[in-house]
Amino acid sequence: MSSPALEVQAAREPAPPGPPAPGRPPRPPAPRPSARRKAWRRWISPLVVVVLWQVASATGLLPERLLAGPATIAATTVDLVTDGTLPTAIAVSLQRVAIGFVLGGLAGVLLALVAGLSRAGENAVDPLMQMLRALPFFGLIPLFILWFGIGETPKVTLVALAVSFPLYLNTFAGVRGVDGKLAELARTLELGRAALIRHIVLPGALPQTLVGLRQSLGVAWLALIVAEQVNADAGLGYMINDAREFLRTDVIVVGLLVYSALGLLTDAVVRLLERRALSWRSGFLGE
Amino acid sequence: MEERLPRRVAAVRGLTRRFGDRTVLDELDLDVHAGEFIALLGRSGSGKSTLLRALAGLDRDVEGGLEVTGTVAVAFQEPRLVPWKRVEANVALGLAAPDAAARARRALEEVELTGRAGAWPLTLSGGEAQRASLARALVREPELLLLDEPFSALDALTRITVHRLVLRLWAAHRPAVLLVTHDVDEALVLADRVLVLDGGRIAHEAAISAGRPRHRDHPELVALRARLLTALGVGPEGHPVPDRPLTAEAGR
Repeated sequence: MSSPALEVQAAREPAPPGPPAPGRPPRPPAPRPSARRKAWRRWISPLVVVVLWQVASATGLLPERLLAGPATIAATTVDLVTDGTLPTAIAVSLQRVAIGFVLGGLAGVLLALVAGLSRAGENAVDPLMQMLRALPFFGLIPLFILWFGIGETPKVTLVALAVSFPLYLNTFAGVRGVDGKLAELARTLELGRAALIRHIVLPGALPQTLVGLRQSLGVAWLALIVAEQVNADAGLGYMINDAREFLRTDVIVVGLLVYSALGLLTDAVVRLLERRALSWRSGFLGE
Repeated sequence: MEERLPRRVAAVRGLTRRFGDRTVLDELDLDVHAGEFIALLGRSGSGKSTLLRALAGLDRDVEGGLEVTGTVAVAFQEPRLVPWKRVEANVALGLAAPDAAARARRALEEVELTGRAGAWPLTLSGGEAQRASLARALVREPELLLLDEPFSALDALTRITVHRLVLRLWAAHRPAVLLVTHDVDEALVLADRVLVLDGGRIAHEAAISAGRPRHRDHPELVALRARLLTALGVGPEGHPVPDRPLTAEAGR
């Protein structure tokens, strides 16, 4: 009878299959607008929080010293972008992650192949990797500073180290998990060792390697944040630390937001890569 | 007794394979001649697949003489298509020739799978996948084609179709075929020569002279079916199973 109650129900239920229940006024089947309205509802609570936050900042309830308000943060973002601070910081941090990621990723995958493709390789590589993995690598920072100074090297090394383990472990498991029946098939087709690795082993290990890739990208950003906290004269971490000195909580929040945006972005890139590289699985995963 | 012996493509002499203290193949002798179609029957665990794997070069722990000349190709029970290669690439896998792609397409045409050349293996039906597997074996132009129960997972109707396809391909290319199966009727419909493996040796051997296409009610096949079932320890219905399956007829 009352239409608001009905609307709530329609929004909560996924478009009901089959004919509408008797007694209910017939509605045109429109799952899309209802889904869109539902999506909007998910934004309500974050928006309320932001509004409350802004109100608290404007009234002085939440002092700028502790946390800047959303309006200030937005204005600061514009300032940091226009005066070049933020783009420069992002470029420096991205470069550290990129170099560390490539080096660590290559090392992890190559070591996994060495360990995965032969028993001798496993005996040589795997015990060392398992031991190193047990080390808390953030605890290595003091040693890295002693060894590499405070320049780019310790930061890139930390990222590389963090990246290499998830990729090593997953690729190793992927290589070992390749169907033995396919290896047998390769033998009956007289594939050589190189062809076996290229056509069977590497593509067979790829799904697991991509899992490792996603894990290691997550760890890469984490390692970067830690490394940049310690000693940096450029980059996002430097920007954040510098802001702390001047109680610029707005700049700190901008830095954190940029970190998370970059993390989400790289994750999306891997997901895209996954979808393209593993399209052969769509057969049983469904499109 | 054959009057004219064609070239041998495989000679097995005193082949023995042990798994622990269990002897699966025991001093087995077998000759495979060019172009003949052999069906190898046996109860499960009789060593049929062990013998086939030895001939395919997949088992290096066998003792005794094993000589295979010419190209060997294998079609397995499961089609074993490489899931991340499209059908045509699967067929061309391992072909070194520069015209590999063209040959793969021709082989797919022969098994009537041209329409699925670009498909991912996981989207194929069981029959299609097995035909792709046959194409991959045939494209290598083998002199010895080893078939390890490749039809056992297919439904009855698909199996009949694939049987006909195999006979047609065999007639066109004339490889020697060794078909491992536990299906007596399949052996009778397809093979020139039926072997029964028991106790690690070829315990029984029969030649089939009936022309193809064969009907399962052909008197020769009916008589042989009863003998083979007895040899396999099943016995015709309504008769007691003999204590010991016959071993005297082992052909040599």
